[in-house]
Amino acid sequence: MTSLIEIQNLKVTFRGDRGRTTHAVETISFDLARGATLGLVGESGCGKSVTALAIMGLLPKWSADVSGHVGFEGKNLLDLTDAAMRDLRGDRVAMIFQEPMTSLNPAYTIGEQIIETLVRHRGLTRAQARSRAIELLRDVRIPSPEQRVDEYPHKLSGGMRQRAMVAIALACDPQLLIADEPTTALDVTIQAQVLDLMRSLKRKTNAAIVLISHDLGVIAEICDEVAVMYAGEIVEHAPVATLFKAPQHPYTIGLLASIPRLDRRVETLATIEGSLPDMSVIPQGCRFAPRCPFMSEVCVSRPPPVVDVGARHWSRCAKTPLEIQA
Amino acid sequence: MSALLEVEALTRHFVIRRSPFGRPITTVKAVDGIDFSVQAGTTLALVGETGCGKSTVGRLILRLIEPMAGDIRFEGRRILEFNEKQLRAHRREAQIVFQDPYSSLNPRMTVEELIGEPLALHDIVPVYRRRDRVADLLNLVGLDVRHGQRYPHEFSGGQRQRIAIARALAVEPKLIVCDEPVSALDVSIRAQVLNLLAGLRKRLALTYIFISHDLSVIKHIADRVAVMYLGRIVETAPADELFANPRHPYTRALFSAIPVPQTHSRRQRQLLEGDVPSPISPPTGCHLHPRCTHAVERCRIERPALVSDQNGHSTACHRWGELPAMIGLAEQEPPAPRLERLMAKFTRKSDVRAANSADTL
Repeated sequence: MTSLIEIQNLKVTFRGDRGRTTHAVETISFDLARGATLGLVGESGCGKSVTALAIMGLLPKWSADVSGHVGFEGKNLLDLTDAAMRDLRGDRVAMIFQEPMTSLNPAYTIGEQIIETLVRHRGLTRAQARSRAIELLRDVRIPSPEQRVDEYPHKLSGGMRQRAMVAIALACDPQLLIADEPTTALDVTIQAQVLDLMRSLKRKTNAAIVLISHDLGVIAEICDEVAVMYAGEIVEHAPVATLFKAPQHPYTIGLLASIPRLDRRVETLATIEGSLPDMSVIPQGCRFAPRCPFMSEVCVSRPPPVVDVGARHWSRCAKTPLEIQA
Repeated sequence: MSALLEVEALTRHFVIRRSPFGRPITTVKAVDGIDFSVQAGTTLALVGETGCGKSTVGRLILRLIEPMAGDIRFEGRRILEFNEKQLRAHRREAQIVFQDPYSSLNPRMTVEELIGEPLALHDIVPVYRRRDRVADLLNLVGLDVRHGQRYPHEFSGGQRQRIAIARALAVEPKLIVCDEPVSALDVSIRAQVLNLLAGLRKRLALTYIFISHDLSVIKHIADRVAVMYLGRIVETAPADELFANPRHPYTRALFSAIPVPQTHSRRQRQLLEGDVPSPISPPTGCHLHPRCTHAVERCRIERPALVSDQNGHSTACHRWGELPAMIGLAEQEPPAPRLERLMAKFTRKSDVRAANSADTL
């Protein structure tokens, strides 16, 4: 399997006021083949969005230090100039954001915002771009696209706006699509429609997709592989079926346990006690150790090793393979 | 068991545009004639998507908004006939916890002031004992007494929601309306707050009206569920019955849309076409008919009544009796034994904590 994108040791540090630094993400490594979908899952503040923005080159230069290697088409994206990055963004690499109301420009029609991309990257004339825009809106199943193309974002419902976002992202047939919580702002029946749409686009375009979500249910619906993030690190990486059937990292297990189940009712839900560590100091041992019920001496004394458990399945935990006797 | 709260034909429309002479031109039918009752000590969940009117119902029950028609009886008393003084007394019996703990707490008050405020307003505890009572309440919701001197911004979302709950509990209410209390919280924190709410219900014999769009949360906490669509209740039943045997096409679509954390799910899918119509001009007849694959002429004309069977399962659909049964919509495979054992490690720890905090009461 040749990979389309290869990320090695991505690290982002934010410089704050009075010399304060925040280690947002560290040691992020993954690779992704054409047509594959990777889910990045984790709770607020775990660094999943920062990872996405770092790949896209969208972090502010004056406050963020980005290091590591983001290999795409034989180049390291982190070395590219701003101009080269602008040529890439919206063309071969595209992004869908969480909140379509704030990420679409309210002063321009939907069509205008798609046309802009096509003219900039594909050199189409406005007339050509317009008919392509209508096609794209039809592809994302927006009803009567000939009329909708001239409407402003506020005229569309939340689900339609997110479809319009998808249409903009797909305008130039990107090879890599990063979707940051694409359905979080949507109602569950509309979310199901958008996920359905993404599944069919995935088959059609053969783009590699990085889907960021805090919702393990959404991840299960459309991803091939999953990377679970905790406190700025990937703690477990696995093929999707393996992650849900035989997870290894305690954090993954805790997450799965704390989701109320539909098939039974329990008196007390499982919880992960405690809270996220302070990201301004790097702990010596495992970052999850203070909250981990499997914690022992070895976990706090040195950083946890990355242990391979199976094909494309690894866990960042000294206790791997994790097992307790019945 | 007696009904703590009974609601009949509750209606609230909002005028969003008026003519120059003050005549309403455009109205939103936020709540369009709904009936339900809640037994003391149980939890009724109101579930539905954005704009279905579930939050408006919560506010109407507390008379934070005045209804236009209908009747609300709390322990048999008609609260719509209450004068200001009676209403103030009623507030001691019914409280609300809001969704967003970032905007529902005054950022300029300390936690002690926040929780002490309802005590002072209702003159519940003499001044010299107020501090002790606040400490008790903090303990009750799993916060430390030392936290009393801090401001809301010093707390995480889950802790803030605990403060909001303590504030609601301060007046020792019988009923708490929980309006999406865990929607803004992360998964692991959500579980902590749900456990807290369930524990409090048991210890203080509370009654909840739990408003949420998250069906797995509702399955966990509710005794009875009412599904709302565009201002009306379309189906209501005991929770287990509803999840095992949903009848209304909308309920079925809602259930089949829940993303379940497992792969290769064998669930049947029933997607709805299109968006939720605007509540400004909802469709005639059954509100769902333009999106419903089973709609016939009658659905376009006649509003279906919410008809109950002998088991208390009510459905507002002309055709539910003819529709094929759909089982397993909310089905989930049980975890493998190894995973079950490992997951249990996370439960036991918190069980112990919960038991400990009961002792400190």
